[in-house]
Amino acid sequence: MKVQDIVDQLGLKICSGAAGLNREIVGGYTSDLLSDVMGNANENQIWLTLQTHKNIMAIASLKDLAAIILVKGYQPEEDTAAQSNEEGIPILSSEEETFELTGKIYDLIKRTK
Amino acid sequence: MEFRFEIEGGNFSKAGTASSEVKKILKQLNVDPKIIKRTVVSLYEAEVNVVAHAYEGEMNVEIIPDKVSVTIQDKGPGIPDIDQAMQEGYSTATPKVREMGFGAGMGLPNIKKNSDQLNISSKVNVGTIVEIVNYLK
Repeated sequence: MKVQDIVDQLGLKICSGAAGLNREIVGGYTSDLLSDVMGNANENQIWLTLQTHKNIMAIASLKDLAAIILVKGYQPEEDTAAQSNEEGIPILSSEEETFELTGKIYDLIKRTK
Repeated sequence: MEFRFEIEGGNFSKAGTASSEVKKILKQLNVDPKIIKRTVVSLYEAEVNVVAHAYEGEMNVEIIPDKVSVTIQDKGPGIPDIDQAMQEGYSTATPKVREMGFGAGMGLPNIKKNSDQLNISSKVNVGTIVEIVNYLK
């Protein structure tokens, strides 16, 4: 499953990093604690969070995450979006809350396995 | 091979840049991806600690065929009780830093889990030295 598939199926907004929409997604991780994500997320996972500052891109890049989804309509800060464009790691946005969105993505990924 | 990177205290917009450079170097050297991942986690946490707590610091990286040794040294408040700081959940981060999602008391435990050797020495009101060694084979 590609990032683009999740964008299409859940109607997500693409905030930045569109060059990475063909990245493969193998799973997901939901957390707002950066060290938790650093320590426990795995490469090619999609990360759901409400954090919007630039450090989320540092983590996504260091951990080779597939994409970031901001919940509840949050938008990336300007320098966050700039780094996302530079690295080609998409930042997506959804109006939904973390619980619902995590459930839907879990379902989608499970169905493709 | 030796490399040196500056770390700016308090500047979160640059946090992770030194770790990112080291990641690129290890990739170019064709180091086992599993070892790169572990090293990157521990270096990032150590780098963020300097940004969050110290005034300034530096990361010195030495890569020899069988290991990567990294020393992260800062000028800062130091750690009065290292055993306490190593405990999962213990943090002295400011509320502002916590709001960003840092300061959950997971940094040093993450470093320990992701390094083969870890040595921390610190002097209150002087600074802290974190030494991380990961074997490449």
